[in-house]
Amino acid sequence: MSPVKVFGRAISTNVARVLVCLEEVGADYELVSVDFLAGEQNSPEHVERNPFGKVPALQDGELVLFESRAIAKYVLRKYRTSEVDLLRESSISEAAMVDMWTEVEAQQYYPALSPVVYECIIFPVMRGVPTDQKVVDESLEKLRKVLGVYEAHLTKNRFLAGDFISFADLSHFPFTFYFMATPYASLFESYPHVKAWWEGLMSRPSIKKISANMPTKF
Amino acid sequence: MAMKVFGQPMSTNVARVLVCLEEAGVKYEVVPVDFATAEHKSPEHTSRNPFGQVPALQDGDLVLFESRAISRYVLRKNSSELLKEGSLGDSARVDVWLEVESHHFDRPMAVIIYQCLVLPVYFGGKTDEKIVEENLETLRKTFRVYEDRLSRSTYLAGDFISLADLSHFPTAYYLLATPHAGMLDEFPRVKAWIDGMLARPAVIKVIEMMKASA
Repeated sequence: MSPVKVFGRAISTNVARVLVCLEEVGADYELVSVDFLAGEQNSPEHVERNPFGKVPALQDGELVLFESRAIAKYVLRKYRTSEVDLLRESSISEAAMVDMWTEVEAQQYYPALSPVVYECIIFPVMRGVPTDQKVVDESLEKLRKVLGVYEAHLTKNRFLAGDFISFADLSHFPFTFYFMATPYASLFESYPHVKAWWEGLMSRPSIKKISANMPTKF
Repeated sequence: MAMKVFGQPMSTNVARVLVCLEEAGVKYEVVPVDFATAEHKSPEHTSRNPFGQVPALQDGDLVLFESRAISRYVLRKNSSELLKEGSLGDSARVDVWLEVESHHFDRPMAVIIYQCLVLPVYFGGKTDEKIVEENLETLRKTFRVYEDRLSRSTYLAGDFISLADLSHFPTAYYLLATPHAGMLDEFPRVKAWIDGMLARPAVIKVIEMMKASA
């Protein structure tokens, strides 16, 4: 199979979400940079791939996809083997667990955690905009509630979808990685099973490789 | 044994699941969850949905939450063509537009519905027009993308209707009930696409349930 193309930069959270999955399945891929400083994300060429002018986009032959979680699922489906099956679609109940906790990341975890990353890192670094502490504080309060649910769940389950690692776990990586570079990383200390789960994710070869291209100091 | 859906049909997330059950022709029972008495925060309900939200679904021993995950489960279990799981490319396109629905449509729409319908009617509050206007602008950007997309294919994921399209219906239905329904006139293909969905028998049936539970 010829390499798929991923459009975006390695430091981007949503690009990293896709790259980790490509690494897990051992697929050949090529990362094609999109120059945000030059406004390339809004170029007609890129908008043709991602009509919202965002990254990532993926091109596999004639197929062009956007939305990182959709791209990731495509990659994990296409390159699935008996050893690497991160969606579990041959088992309807396991697939449901994977889908459910993938949705939890998108609908509960990400809305609570990502504003802290945006306010503490992305806005100051990329736009020179100061941190809005009110947004940070409100988000941290939401995040504590979410982490409380995760702690209870991970006390009874080794991974989110059950006793097997899945895309649901991996999908948490990019934004959590940057959260750990904010002043609020120690929040996870209050949730020991969540902390252990996170450390387990960080020890995976795919995550070590992709996070090596993501800064931790700003 | 019939599947059980916990929640009221008037909730967009519950309605999303109901339309999939109807489309798949599955036997089910709706078990209401009374928000007025904080039943959604009860130990019994949070054992099904630990975030204290609706819907939850019970199918035998399996208990699920998150409406888009429940929807996929229901459709997959019944080998529904609404997921296109026989085709790598088509199923990926369904996934793409389901993500778009979640991040680019539902997000601004949830604010608009809350400000225009929920806050005044259920909490006697006043609509914040500034917040509404900001979210309408976001929604317009989304609809521009949809208008273009629907000029290239009959439905979002291709020339076939899918979960990606139907996932929009409950929220789109409520958009029509706000003072801003007229914005759809700026997007004729989007308007026709919504009207088409609202004419589906499964959707009509769920709308009746939504009205009855309001």
